[in-house]
Amino acid sequence: MPTPMPTATPKEKTIEISNLNFFYGKTQSLTNVTMDIHAKQVTAFIGPSGCGKSTLLRTLNRMYDLYPGQRAEGSIMYRGRNILDPNQDVNMLRAKVGMVFQKPTPFPMSVYDNIAFGVRLYEDLSKGEMDERVEWALKKAALWGEVKDKLSKSGLSLSGGQQQRLCIARGVAVKPDVLLLDEPTSALDPISTAKVEELISELKQDYTITIVTHNMQQAARCSDYTAYMYLGELVEFGETDQIFMNPARKETQDYITGRFG
Amino acid sequence: MIGEHSSKQYDHELETIRSKVLLMGGLVESQFLDAMNCFRSGNEEAADRVIAEDDQVNQLEVALDDACSHLIVKRQPTANDLRTVMATIKVITDLERVGDEASKIARVSKSLHGRGVPALNHYEMVRTIAVSTTDMLHDALDAFARLDGKQALQLIAQDAVVDHEFKSIMRNLITFMMEDPRTISSALDTLWVAKAIERIGDHAKNIAEYVIYVVEGKDIRHARPPAPAIDGTAV
Repeated sequence: MPTPMPTATPKEKTIEISNLNFFYGKTQSLTNVTMDIHAKQVTAFIGPSGCGKSTLLRTLNRMYDLYPGQRAEGSIMYRGRNILDPNQDVNMLRAKVGMVFQKPTPFPMSVYDNIAFGVRLYEDLSKGEMDERVEWALKKAALWGEVKDKLSKSGLSLSGGQQQRLCIARGVAVKPDVLLLDEPTSALDPISTAKVEELISELKQDYTITIVTHNMQQAARCSDYTAYMYLGELVEFGETDQIFMNPARKETQDYITGRFG
Repeated sequence: MIGEHSSKQYDHELETIRSKVLLMGGLVESQFLDAMNCFRSGNEEAADRVIAEDDQVNQLEVALDDACSHLIVKRQPTANDLRTVMATIKVITDLERVGDEASKIARVSKSLHGRGVPALNHYEMVRTIAVSTTDMLHDALDAFARLDGKQALQLIAQDAVVDHEFKSIMRNLITFMMEDPRTISSALDTLWVAKAIERIGDHAKNIAEYVIYVVEGKDIRHARPPAPAIDGTAV
C-alpha cells in the first residue's frame, strides 16, 4: 500500500536551542526560544520585521559577539557543547557554522582568493590542493561554469546573483556543518533566486541549513521545517508542509495568509 | 474567516468567489426542487426551464474555475485560504453535477408523463428519498456558507440512509415490474430518477467533506477503518 512520502522525517539534531534569551543592551529581543535544528535539513525562520529571526540566526555562530552590549542567555548545544559558553573558540565555531548575508559581500579580491582566503585561515593546503578546493566549492555553489575562466578577476565584477553564490561558495569552502543564510535572495532577481534555491536543495545533502526569509513562498519551497516568530518569541515550529497547509496556531495562519497588521 | 487580509483587494476576491459559489448552490438547489415538481406533475414547460437553467450553472462553473486560477496565480494562497480555494474548485464540480442530475430528472419526467398516466404511483415511490436529499443538499450548502464542520459531519452520516433508501426503492420497483410488465417503462423511469436523487445525495456528502477539509485541514474522503494486519504478508 503506498504511503505518503514524509517530506521530513525526524532526523538527528545538529543544534539544540533551549530557553534562549537575547538582549540588545536592556532591550530583550528573544524570549525563551526552544527548538531543534535538524541535521541535513533546511529550517526556515519566518516572521514580520523585528520578530527576532535574524537575531536568532546570529546567535547560532555568535555573530553578535562583534557588538558590545549584546548578550545571550540560555543554551545552544552544538556537538555536545553550549556555544554560548565564554570559553567557546568563536573562530572555530564560525568555521563550522558559516553565514551568508542579505547583500552579497565578496571581499575586494579575486574570485579565487575570495574562496581561498577563509580556507587559508584554518588549513595549510598546497597550491594544487587549494586549486581543487576552490573548484570544488565553486562547483558546489553552481558557479564554476560561469567563473572558471575569470578566477583572477575581482569578485566585485560578478553580477549580484553570482556574487551571492560566490559568498555561498566561500562559506562552503571551509567545509562547515551548518550554513546560516540571512535573506540570501532578497537582493537578487528571480533567476538568480531560483539558482540559489536550487543550490539550497543541493547543499542540504551535505549540510544543515538555516534560512531567514521574508519570502514565504521561498520558505514553503525550500525548507523542511519552518519556525514562525513574533515579538521575539517562537510562536510555532513544525514541518513546513504542515505550517503552510494547516498551521496549529491562529497567529501563524494569520501571518502566512496575509492577515497581519 | 475570509476578512481581515492586509490586502482588501484579496478579501474582495475571496468574497466574490464565495458568494458566486453560494449563488450557484442556490441555483442547483431550486433546479432540483423544480425538477422534482416536474416529476410529480408532469409540467413540460417547467421541465424545459429546469433543463435550460443548466446552462447558467455551467457558466458559473467555468467562471468560478477561472476566478480560482486567477486567485492562485495572483495571491499564492496558503493555509485556510488555500484550502478554501481548493475546496471551492471541487465544490463547484459537485454542484455542476447536481445540476446535471436535476436536468436528467426533468427529462425523465417529460418522457414518463409523455406516455400518458403512469402505471404506478411514481412520485410516492421517491418522495422520502427526495426529501432527505433536499435537506442534505441544503445543509451542505449551509455548512459551506458558515464553515460549520459539525453540521458537515452530521450530513455525511445521513448519506448512508439515502443509499439504503435507494436500494429499497429498487427492490420495490423490481417487484412491480415482475408482477406487471406494463409497469416496466414507468418503473425504469422512476428508477432513473431515484438514482439521480441518490447521486445528488452523494454530491452533497462530497461538499460536506470539503467543508471539513477547509475547517480542520483533514481530508476524510475515502477514509476507511484500517484493515487488520495479516501476519507474514508485505503490505
